[in-house]
Amino acid sequence: MSLLSKVKEALVCLRAGRVTLPYPAAPRPVAGNFRGRPIFDAAKCIGCGGCAANCPAREILIHDVCQEIRVLRYVGRRCTYCGRCADVCPEKAITMSTDFETATDAIGDIGQTIELFMSTCQRCGRCFKEPSPLERLKQKGYRFDDLAHDRWVFGSRAYLDTERAVDDIRIEMD
Amino acid sequence: MLKDLCRRMFGRSLWVYHANSGGCNGCDIEVLNVLTPYYDVERFGIKLVGSPRHADVMLCQGAAMRSTARALRRAYEAIPEPKLVFAIGSCACGGGIWHDSYSVIGPVEKIVPVNYYIPGCPPRPEAIIYGVAVAVGLVDKKTAPVQFKQAEFPIPRYHPSDLKSDGEVVVYEKLDRV
Ligand code: SF4
Ligand code: SF4
Ligand code: SF4
Repeated sequence: MSLLSKVKEALVCLRAGRVTLPYPAAPRPVAGNFRGRPIFDAAKCIGCGGCAANCPAREILIHDVCQEIRVLRYVGRRCTYCGRCADVCPEKAITMSTDFETATDAIGDIGQTIELFMSTCQRCGRCFKEPSPLERLKQKGYRFDDLAHDRWVFGSRAYLDTERAVDDIRIEMD
Repeated sequence: MLKDLCRRMFGRSLWVYHANSGGCNGCDIEVLNVLTPYYDVERFGIKLVGSPRHADVMLCQGAAMRSTARALRRAYEAIPEPKLVFAIGSCACGGGIWHDSYSVIGPVEKIVPVNYYIPGCPPRPEAIIYGVAVAVGLVDKKTAPVQFKQAEFPIPRYHPSDLKSDGEVVVYEKLDRV
C-alpha cells in the first residue's frame, strides 16, 4: 500500500517536470494588477499635499521652506505600496510602477525628493482658491517634517493652529 | 569591501536564519515561498537553518518591537562572524505602517546593523531573490535616489519698491527672473 502511494507520488513528480523559474537569470514579468513602488512626476505635481495627508505609513514628508518652496520627500522605506497616494492625487502625478527590484544596501536609494514652487496670486499675494475636490484632501497649512532624519513631525498643524485637530494624539517620535 | 567578502565567504553556501520580530506573517510566507521548488534558492546554496549558531545570514521580518528587540539582539549576537543581516519588508526596513505605534521601536536597524534592505509589503519572492542576488554579486542594484530641484522660479517676483507711478498707470520696472 505504502509502496503504491510512493510510486504514485513519483509519477506526480515526474509528470510535473521541472518547475523552477530561471529568475534572476531571466526576467519575470509581474501580474497585471501588481503594484510596485510609486514614481513621482515633478512636472505634474502641484504640491497640494494630498498624498502626504493620506498616506497610511506617513511615508511622504513635506517641509515648507518658505511660502513659495515646498519640499516633498518620498522616503520609500516604509511604503506599503497601497496606492492610496496615486488614487488621491488630483493631478495624476504619481504612478504605481511595476518596479519591484528595489533591493539595496543603502536605504536612501529608494527615496525621491521633489522641490516644488508654490505659486501665490500676483494680485493679493495669497494662494489660489482650490476647487472643491482638492479642498477636501489637501494638506491644510504648513508642515515642517524633519527631512534630515526622515521623520514625520506629528501634529505640525498645531504649530500654526491655536486649536488642535480633534483626533490628534500626541506621540513621542523616536 | 563587504561585497568582496560576501562573494568570497558566502558565494557557495549561505545559511539563513529567519527571525520575525513582530511582522504580520506576510513576509514570512514570502520567504518560505522562496524556498519552494518554484523559486528554489538552494540553487544558490541558500539553506534555512533552525539555529542562529549555524547561520551566516539573518533574515529579519517585522519591525523591532519593545517585547522582541532583546531577543532579536541576542539572536544576532549568536550568529558567528562574518554575518549579514537582511531587512525584508517595509516593517523591517522602516517600521512599516506601525512605525509610530506605542509597542514599535522602529526599523530593525535600530537593534541590529542591517546590510541589505528589501522593501515591499510583502516583497515578491522575486524581489527577495533579487536582494540575495545583489548581495552575492550576481546582479547590480537598480535603485538610485531621485532628486528634483527647482532651477528657477517660473514667474518673476513683484516687490512694491519696483512699482513706479507714471501719471495714471503704475509701471513695473524690473522684470528679471529671481
Ligand atoms: S503607496 Fe501607500 S504607503 Fe506608499 S507612499 Fe503611497 S500612500 Fe504611502
Ligand atoms: S497629491 Fe499629487 S499633486 Fe498633490 S502633492 Fe501629492 S503628488 Fe503632488
Ligand atoms: S512588511 Fe507588510 S507583509 Fe511584511 S510583516 Fe510588515 S506588514 Fe506584514
